[in-house]
Amino acid sequence: MGTETRVLLEHLGAPNLLRAAGYRAKGGYSALEKALQSMTPAAVTDEVKKSQLKGRGGAGFPTGMKWDFLDRESGKPIYLCCNADESEPGACKDRIIIHENPHLLLEGILIACYAIGSRNAFIYIRGEFHRGAEILLSAIEDARNNGWIGENILNSGFSCYIQVYRGAGAYVCGEETGLLTSLEGKRGYPKNKPPFPAIAGLYGCPTIINNVETLSAIPAIVNQGGEWYASMGTEKSAGTRLLCLSGHVNKPGVYEVVLGTMTLREFIEDFGGGVPGGRSIKGVIPGGSSMPVLREEQLDVRLSFEDIQAIGSSLGAGAIIVMDETVDMVEICLLLAKFYEHESCGQCTPCREGTRWFAQILEGILQGEGREEDLELMLDICRSEYTSICPLWSAAVWPVRAFIKQFREEFIQKIKEAKPSAKNVRELAKAQ
Amino acid sequence: MPSLRETCPAKVEEILRRFPQKPSAAIPLLYLAWETYGYISEEAMIETADILGTTPATIQGIATFYTMFPMNKRGKYHIEICQNISCHLVGAQDLTKRIENKLGIRCGECTGDGRFSLAKAECLAGCSWGPCLHINGKEYLQLTPEKAAEILDSLLRL
Ligand SMILES: Cc1cc2nc3c(=O)[nH]c(=O)nc-3n(C[C@H](O)[C@H](O)[C@H](O)COP(=O)(O)O)c2cc1C
Repeated sequence: MGTETRVLLEHLGAPNLLRAAGYRAKGGYSALEKALQSMTPAAVTDEVKKSQLKGRGGAGFPTGMKWDFLDRESGKPIYLCCNADESEPGACKDRIIIHENPHLLLEGILIACYAIGSRNAFIYIRGEFHRGAEILLSAIEDARNNGWIGENILNSGFSCYIQVYRGAGAYVCGEETGLLTSLEGKRGYPKNKPPFPAIAGLYGCPTIINNVETLSAIPAIVNQGGEWYASMGTEKSAGTRLLCLSGHVNKPGVYEVVLGTMTLREFIEDFGGGVPGGRSIKGVIPGGSSMPVLREEQLDVRLSFEDIQAIGSSLGAGAIIVMDETVDMVEICLLLAKFYEHESCGQCTPCREGTRWFAQILEGILQGEGREEDLELMLDICRSEYTSICPLWSAAVWPVRAFIKQFREEFIQKIKEAKPSAKNVRELAKAQ
Repeated sequence: MPSLRETCPAKVEEILRRFPQKPSAAIPLLYLAWETYGYISEEAMIETADILGTTPATIQGIATFYTMFPMNKRGKYHIEICQNISCHLVGAQDLTKRIENKLGIRCGECTGDGRFSLAKAECLAGCSWGPCLHINGKEYLQLTPEKAAEILDSLLRL
């Protein structure tokens, strides 16, 4: 039986947790105190490196290593941007921290700023999180009134300010360079890398971008040590991870688990209480809508970054979407293709045209105008996956390719079932 | 329509003070225009451009890039229903149909009396608690068509 291990969610539900005082009563801000009073910025970065914490935004890049890439010699201001865009469909984990324990995030941001030498942090929050933005604004105000944010925090000489910046509905602004251009007040167009943000980010200055969950893990790492954190989980998936479970399960929700301690199937059974109505599972997307879908037979995989990767998918943004036997996989594939079509920023031709092409072909199949060659055509389009500025195009390719690979028979059946539509009949008539 | 600088000068100043570089204020100023007038009017875009020392075309380019900014007036109650995968799997379509039937409009439309407008939304990040929708930004989770109808009834009574 899998059990939750709560580090980030430990104090969830404690009284008054939205206020600095309530958070303090649960030991909050003690890691910031410890860092400022007894650790150098380099020592904090060292603990984060020892913890083997990997970014929780999707790409899984080691956090300590990212901080080390920062250009500290440029003489320009250094910025920290907290990525609270939570834009991947299926992902709803960061909102738990923002809505229920905002000071944990603020403390993580302050410690990170201390470590990287920044005095200005921005929280880029998705526009749809109206309540989340309000909660953060009032938490910042409260922390400021209590001396945790502002000038000369705890008489340490360290000063830091946190701003909330609201997005306005664009998935691409979750991508780090898209986020930065949006924060600069432009259309959220991603940029080519290099230069990486750590060298030239916000306003051309060195910038670190970390996800909400990543930054919220920092206080525990500072308090209990990097080695303690690394002792949880597998070699490549240290610590705990927030996983959001959605779709066809009896108990959807966000659960905090130590990776490697259970299989994907156990997670769905033990936490999700299985599939409603005793139906069977047809497919599971393990990491948010852009990650390749798995078939039911693959669910006995151990729940860790590396094990899921080994079977051709990824834990990505920590979003597990369960689909039962009643689901029409072609319809879901179209739904996802349309999402990426809508969200493509339009800068790169493969992404702009490819996402539309996917949607058109899939629509055709569902309207009874599909041909078997359509599947090869889509797979062929998929081959341009790494030709765009940012990975949004890959995010559109992966699900399409995986749906065709894993549920090919269903696509073929749909195509074969095709009834001659008005258009087909016209074309037939013309050909005769 | 009075300008933002006439209606809420302090807010405009406060927004401009927030950022190390002025252009960053574009999106917050568009938010302010939205809050003040209910949508992003042409005048508001021209004024935003003037405040930031850029062109109205630049501001329009920004405003239209982000899907949340309304370029026209919406209903008094603007309903956005999430259509993405997690909500879809747990009944977003039935929910949409029920609301459309109840209000007598389709997604993308506004009721004749201007009280309700309806839109499809991409993921609203309520995935584990779907199906979900927003009414004027307030979130409603784990909805059934019946619960949604009750919510609409309570708004109709207002
Ligand atoms: C299309 C796209 C959307 C993304 N959306 C998000 C997001 O909503 N939240 C997030 O933290 N990272 C998102 N990312 C990943 C970020 O680019 C970046 O890797 C991450 O914020 C870095 O933080 P981390 O190192 O703490 O994971 C997205 C990436 C892409 C390509």
